[in-house]
Amino acid sequence: MIETIHNWLYSTMPQGVASIVEMILIALAYLGFFAIAGLFLVLMERKVAAWFQLRIGPNRVGFYGSLQTMADALKLLSKELTGTAKADKFLYNLAPYFVIISALMGLAVFPFTKDIQAFDINIGIFFLIAISSIGVIGILLGGWASNNKFALIGAMRSGVQAISYELSIGLSLLTMILITGSLQLSEIVEVQKNGWLIIQGHIPAIIAFMIYMIAGTAETNRAPFDMVEAESELGAGFHTEYSGMKFAYFFLAEFINMFIIAAIATTVFFGAWLSPFGITESIPWLGVFWFLGKTLVLIFLMMWFRWTFPRLRIDQLLTLEWKYLLPINLVNIVIMALIVWLNLTIKF
Amino acid sequence: MALREKNNKPNSLKTNNLELGTQNMKPETINSNFKSEEYQINMGPQHPATHGVLNLLLTIDGETIKKVEPDLGYIHRSIEKMCERDSYQQIVHLTDRMDYLSSNINNEAVCLAVENALELEIPERVKVIRTIIGELTRISSHCLWWGVMGMDVGALSTFFYGFRDREMLNDIFEETCGARLTMNYNVPGGLMLDIHPNFVKRVKKFVTHFKTKIPEYDRLLTENVIFQKRTKGVGVLSKEDAISFGVSGPVARASGYSCDVRKYHPYSALDKVTFNESLKTEGDTFARYQVRIQELWESLSIVEQLIDNIPEGEYRVKTNAVIKLPKGEFFQKVETARGEFCVYIISTGTKSPYRLKFRSPGFSNLSVLNHIAVGGKIGDLVAILATLDLVIPDIDR
Amino acid sequence: MNNNELQSLISSWFPNPEANKVSEVIEVSETEEGSEGKVKVQESINPSLLEFTEEGSQFLNISVKPEHLHQLMSQLKTNSETNFDYLFCLSGVDWGEELGVVYHLESTTHRHIVVVKVKTKDRETPILDTIYDIWTTAEFHEREVFDFFGIKFNNHPNLKRLFLTEDWEGYPLRKDYVDEANMVIK
Repeated sequence: MIETIHNWLYSTMPQGVASIVEMILIALAYLGFFAIAGLFLVLMERKVAAWFQLRIGPNRVGFYGSLQTMADALKLLSKELTGTAKADKFLYNLAPYFVIISALMGLAVFPFTKDIQAFDINIGIFFLIAISSIGVIGILLGGWASNNKFALIGAMRSGVQAISYELSIGLSLLTMILITGSLQLSEIVEVQKNGWLIIQGHIPAIIAFMIYMIAGTAETNRAPFDMVEAESELGAGFHTEYSGMKFAYFFLAEFINMFIIAAIATTVFFGAWLSPFGITESIPWLGVFWFLGKTLVLIFLMMWFRWTFPRLRIDQLLTLEWKYLLPINLVNIVIMALIVWLNLTIKF
Repeated sequence: MALREKNNKPNSLKTNNLELGTQNMKPETINSNFKSEEYQINMGPQHPATHGVLNLLLTIDGETIKKVEPDLGYIHRSIEKMCERDSYQQIVHLTDRMDYLSSNINNEAVCLAVENALELEIPERVKVIRTIIGELTRISSHCLWWGVMGMDVGALSTFFYGFRDREMLNDIFEETCGARLTMNYNVPGGLMLDIHPNFVKRVKKFVTHFKTKIPEYDRLLTENVIFQKRTKGVGVLSKEDAISFGVSGPVARASGYSCDVRKYHPYSALDKVTFNESLKTEGDTFARYQVRIQELWESLSIVEQLIDNIPEGEYRVKTNAVIKLPKGEFFQKVETARGEFCVYIISTGTKSPYRLKFRSPGFSNLSVLNHIAVGGKIGDLVAILATLDLVIPDIDR
Repeated sequence: MNNNELQSLISSWFPNPEANKVSEVIEVSETEEGSEGKVKVQESINPSLLEFTEEGSQFLNISVKPEHLHQLMSQLKTNSETNFDYLFCLSGVDWGEELGVVYHLESTTHRHIVVVKVKTKDRETPILDTIYDIWTTAEFHEREVFDFFGIKFNNHPNLKRLFLTEDWEGYPLRKDYVDEANMVIK
């Protein structure tokens, strides 16, 4: 189907216009899909939370509450936008867009199957790390421009946290890049046809995965690293002064970021759309389900963290990163390099 | 950002010393150019961690707390003044509205004071039932505290686990006296109603249920590494300071100060039961947490000892419709879930007290906050507030 | 220590210079137990500057003049035999003519309790000494008393309104306080 639209576009329009129209169409399709996916993740979070907390969760709107988040989104759309009197209006309004756009941009490079990948660049992983750091600027701007001390503290915490944990994310992914020898995501998946990287790289890969999940949870500002919001300390942190749709952007961005972190892990550690032992290799479109399925399992893991663990304190958060994760990570890279050099990886 | 004005108050000595510390650095060094500024921030009265309308004026430097100044009175109703016009039966109802989580124990304090003043002989049945319900109230209060404690340090699920078990108790109270929170079950002379026929059965069911749940609490929160890191060594209160600040209840016992009114001045049927006073010596947030968890076990054991032996008899002694206390001063101490609650009645022989003073545990416990929170982070303050277990109407009265 | 021992010990700290002249009266008051009639004898020529009574109260009551308050309090705390280190209740009282403060003290080592009462006749600018330096808890409680009774405390570190706003007029727990809007009188 994608092929037919592509051919039709190029046959009716000049080449330049056609490619732009095609890009816009793809962007709209992604936007639509992930707005819905974000809402689904919110619903999933609420259901998971309810399950952990001996509750039922949303159960009135739609079948077992399936339309609850849709209704909430509509409510947020129609709500009045309030703000503080002496806020820096321009930056205040800009901040949510920074966050949501950077979150959505990251989605472009994921290989959902062999064919569905909007943007297969040769620096894929690097692009993802770069994009995910832009989001924190939005949070800093939002906290600074709100003219609220609680928001400012939240934003500053976020800055500190993002700068620290970016290192761990980068280094743990770099550990895996040593096996693949490429930053391009399609290449990384190709390598995993001989076994998922977490099996190929065995011990150092598992360590890298654990560090990645810790750092990834911190990167998305989720519990136990939700110092940025920390509702019992800072009210709502950086988005205290946001309401309506601007708040919804922050909210949606958190869930899309969570999806991105899980999707990177799926791609780099768990073979993206590859099925286990190649059981559905003959039906390529099933890859989407494998990809989303693995991602959802990892997202569930992050939700599990959130509803079980208490929050760390800001200095403990930094201690964890700089005194434990970073040194372990550096040693881990060396071990991985040795394993690749001595050809000790496990391949099927 | 407003710099805290230099004041000459002794209780801000710490702040001043720290400021001096930075000023003593040579002015020409590069550090002085980047001297951090202190700023003030209002935590509350609408803040999730203060559990009510408490306003804390924080002076902080970055995330480090330099001074905590409580600003009270957002929910002050002047209950002591109201008592001066009300009859003694009415006063009992006002005490519910102070520490609403140990409402029944507050009621008991006033009733005991009045009964002692009138030299009434209270039936054993009443004493035993009062003690059982008092201990159940304590468990219910601690369940709520545990849930909220977890929530304050970021483990959101604990709230629901605490409330699950508290709900069973509330159902028992509702069946017994019709109310779930502000019970008004005690009246001067005994109880308002006899216990419900199901009471014994349901309490026993609760005791067996809850015995399996406290270990669950431990698994979920106490043994969690992050939780221990957040609480151990945070907000340390020494025994001497605890006594000097007039701290009581679990907060004081965590500092090794043995102060359980149930031990030293037993009231109702508490002289007939055996229980251990839970004591810790560390004095930090984790010790306060452990003391309360230990108290859950002790309260359960007190309930178990009494529930099978509720003596038969009257549930109420006849008193005059208008109670007039003899001339004099009457004092009663009880141990609520938060600590030592005292009623001090000065009577001139009329139907209302001349002056009635409630010594609420929360008020004294709050005064220690500045002492133990200074130097910690904002996250520490929240953990400390959670283990001080403040109920704001109890402070504001 | 029981109340009688406490009484004889504490009264010896503040000997009454006039009572020393009439030594036999002291013996009378020390040997005989205080019933109502004999209390009056004590009052007539008190061997001490303090007044003791157990009438109408569970505890030993000590009445002290404002000028001796701080000295008495610090001695009650520091003396190893009394060692009242726990101030568990501090209440302001409007006695009609006089304003006063009632201190309930307990010793955590000896577990005995005394009540110290201090009164001042001055209703316009009542001033007492702070005992904040003896028991830290008094800082908060004295602020409460100041808030509701208007009693000022010398040397108090932070004496300002605690519950009420800074511009509140009057002291609500005084008996002569009138507020037609907020008070319902039956």
